[in-house]
Amino acid sequence: MYHITRRYGFAASHRLHARQLGAEENRRLYGKCNNPYGHGHNYVIEVSARGPADERTGRVLDTGRLDQLVRNQVLTPFDHRNLNAEVGAFHDVVPTSENLAIEICRRLKTNWSTVFPGEWPKLHKIRIAETERNIFEIEADEIQ
Amino acid sequence: MVITRKVEFSASHICRNPQLSDEENRELFGLAANPHGHGHNYVVEVSLQGDPHPLTGMVLDLKELKEILNREIVAPYDHRFLNYEVPPFDKVVPTTENIARDIWQRLEPHLTSADRHLYSVRVYETPDLYVDYYGEQPCTT
Repeated sequence: MYHITRRYGFAASHRLHARQLGAEENRRLYGKCNNPYGHGHNYVIEVSARGPADERTGRVLDTGRLDQLVRNQVLTPFDHRNLNAEVGAFHDVVPTSENLAIEICRRLKTNWSTVFPGEWPKLHKIRIAETERNIFEIEADEIQ
Repeated sequence: MVITRKVEFSASHICRNPQLSDEENRELFGLAANPHGHGHNYVVEVSLQGDPHPLTGMVLDLKELKEILNREIVAPYDHRFLNYEVPPFDKVVPTTENIARDIWQRLEPHLTSADRHLYSVRVYETPDLYVDYYGEQPCTT
């Protein structure tokens, strides 16, 4: 059994603000991250797949195809964007890195079979580093 | 408990399956099929699982682990052309996956004992691409 992991990056801005809560409560809850003008990060994401190595190619997957999927589903829509204003999923959901991990994982899982139609490889895990010190992981099996 | 030690080696390779045509190889492996080869600075992280020995407090003496890694991995792999100089890569395509498996097979007999076993072999081909191998367990889920 192999896990193969590929690392990507994008830069985006966001503001942590829960609409259901008042201004003061948002400030208390999110602190600096609630700044009304927003702020940004250089996000680093790692996408892991699992499976056996193909006998003919010696590989678990074609990294070019994975790049294409991640580019279409994540990098193009997220890079140099304001997540709250420009990504539909975050109109009503606070773009914390937890929610960002869920959204990225959902997009990749939903579209996985268009690029990898066989039984293997399977999407295994998403790891997102908001900064070098704040890291979030979610396994694809946790997503419906 | 899992302990990990890292070693590095530099090597060249060609990703090419001799059973396939030049065109099929180019389509499958792209630039990596260039017949003159190309190289990487590989980084290998070897992880062992076990309980610390009650007397020494160690799963395995890291100095001993370092010697094993240098002897079994760095010595045969470093500054070599894998396809030409390091069996089984005269017959097996030296993808990162197959390199991880070969490293596992070289190390396993030296590292597994009653109170510890080889847990995983991670091979970085570049900082942006790495493979974790967990042995010959079948893929079921």
